[in-house]
Amino acid sequence: MSHLLALDPLLRGSVTWSVFVVVVIKVAVAFVILLVSVMLYIWAMRKVIADMQNRIGPNRAGPYGVLQTLADGIKLFFKEQSIPNSADRPVFRLAPYLSIMPAFLMFCVVPIGGTVSILGHQTFLQVVDLPMGALFILAMSGLGVYGVMLAGWSSGSKYPLLGSVRASAQLLSYEAAFGLAILGVLIQAGTLSTHEIVAQQSWTNAWSFVSHWFWLKTFVAFVIFLVAATAETNHPPFDLVEAEQELVGGFNTEYTGIRFAIFYLAEFMNVITMSAIAVTLFLGGPSGPGLGFLARDNVLNVWVMPVVWFVVKVLALLFATVWVRASLPRMRYDRLMSLGWKWLIEIAILWVLVTATVQVAIVEDWNRLVAASIAVGAAVAAYGVLYASMPKSGEQIEEFR
Amino acid sequence: MTEFYRQYLAVAVFVLAAFLMVGAMLGVARLLRPKVPQDEKYITYESGSDPLPLFGQMNVRYYIYALLFVIFDVEAVFIFPWAVNVEGLGWFGLVEMSAFVAVLLLGLAYVWRKGLLRWA
Amino acid sequence: MIAENVVFGIIAAAMALGAIGVVRTKNVVHAALYLVVVLAGGAAQFILLGQEFVAWVQVLVYIGAVIVLFLFGIMLTRAPMHPKDSLDNDLRWPAAVTSLFLVGILVGLLVHTFHADKVDVQRPVRTADVTSSIFTTYIVPFEVVGVLLLGALIGAVVLARKD
Repeated sequence: MSHLLALDPLLRGSVTWSVFVVVVIKVAVAFVILLVSVMLYIWAMRKVIADMQNRIGPNRAGPYGVLQTLADGIKLFFKEQSIPNSADRPVFRLAPYLSIMPAFLMFCVVPIGGTVSILGHQTFLQVVDLPMGALFILAMSGLGVYGVMLAGWSSGSKYPLLGSVRASAQLLSYEAAFGLAILGVLIQAGTLSTHEIVAQQSWTNAWSFVSHWFWLKTFVAFVIFLVAATAETNHPPFDLVEAEQELVGGFNTEYTGIRFAIFYLAEFMNVITMSAIAVTLFLGGPSGPGLGFLARDNVLNVWVMPVVWFVVKVLALLFATVWVRASLPRMRYDRLMSLGWKWLIEIAILWVLVTATVQVAIVEDWNRLVAASIAVGAAVAAYGVLYASMPKSGEQIEEFR
Repeated sequence: MTEFYRQYLAVAVFVLAAFLMVGAMLGVARLLRPKVPQDEKYITYESGSDPLPLFGQMNVRYYIYALLFVIFDVEAVFIFPWAVNVEGLGWFGLVEMSAFVAVLLLGLAYVWRKGLLRWA
Repeated sequence: MIAENVVFGIIAAAMALGAIGVVRTKNVVHAALYLVVVLAGGAAQFILLGQEFVAWVQVLVYIGAVIVLFLFGIMLTRAPMHPKDSLDNDLRWPAAVTSLFLVGILVGLLVHTFHADKVDVQRPVRTADVTSSIFTTYIVPFEVVGVLLLGALIGAVVLARKD
């Protein structure tokens, strides 16, 4: 089929049982990866933060306390559930599902390796390569707001409601910046399929990590993406959702036992999935140098090295998230909203227009440096005019309910 | 078309698996956990004091943020198809898109100017 | 072809049940959630037609933004969580007649417009197709949408003013 260039070779041609088995294997592996990595991430986070704060951290369950998360999880299975009388029971039960689904689903378009052969079928190492994967990512991250919002509302309690309303407003605000940051990559890549995006960032020479990976070409979008993704996952310093001094536990205050565990799982799974997506869009996904002394089609170069590079990059980002968690204090709500609406969104939009101008200038054979400087100048001027015409901090403005 | 459907079948398998997994976790917990009903367990938590009735209206700014989000979401949707084909559309597409974006930035500027982005 | 029709039937049935739920439930938030079912079913139907872009836009804009806006509105106005039966009124029969009338008009219009035309789904619609139709056939509506959105925003700000 020529019209679907990016299609996974697994799904072409006739379907036999083994194709179905391969799909099921891929789904199962994705689940195992996500669940095990959440377990290890929580443990590593506690251990690293403990190190940074001169503590020991978990060290009882298993070697170096590595089974601590598992122990906590198992404990929560045995905890009694209490649903408050004032709660809306069906929605209260539904909310944990809604909070964990987007985190799972987003992962299914992330390529974690190259093209390999399983049971005699050539296939991509990703659950599915949707032709519009980038749009799928954006749509799924938009659904993340439901879990938070409905959990807070259905509890029928003050603090969860307050926490969920302000958390959903936060998620929405940064969702807009998140989408606009993804656009920066799309302008460079010219496709919505994650497999294609990764293919364009492939490793061709030792400098590919600056010339082919998108992080440098779309630097502003990359920074905005990282900030917006951090806020989207309610990760510190944007963890207003669970500001315990103000809101007890935030939207999940009334949840106990296993349902609380699912929210907890979803929160950290989101961090991992978002890191994987950042790696896919900006850091080349599984691309990286192979082992030079082996043949290109050696099993190590085909199977192992791409996965290793992917894991290394995700681990680097995850370490950065832990570092941020240990270093930065929580943001004030007004500053959080100002950052989102007065800076990130405008800059992301202007950046999209600037990069598009440069792309068009290259195609139409204009001088790209002149075009770039004019575009940057116009964008800075536009933002300057916008900022200068806005009310200053003591200025009298209209009253709103 | 068949190949296209198969991709979404794989997504459907994934969705189903995720639902089953969460359902299984909740089901196993239901079998394992104790149930010792006591009236006090089912009142809402307000740091130990007796809960007071839910209070008044939320700040209207939350609603404005949600509305702004709808608008920027629609905008992003229109930019997506343009962004993957910037080169093909050339200056014409760029000018059209700049006009579209400028109109919406005007809206954001209006809200900002009116002070609704200020958290008072 | 048979498989497509079966899937269409299942999704359509789910959508119809969701739609009944929207009008049957007494709780506004539940109604909004039933509406999500209907809209998600719509997205699935679009995928069945190979219209992937429209499907994800449906999820992104309607489920991810518009319904969330509804929910915000509900929470801001402090809708009762456990509504009483007394909130219901007894206009069911007029409502049933009106909706039957509407169904009649819509079915009539569709049949009149399309007769026995069949949707020919040969290949999934790509982003490039969407792009070219936005920037050629629908370029004026596209710019007008921008102005429309601006109008909606200004309207909301005016309504929120304290006077």
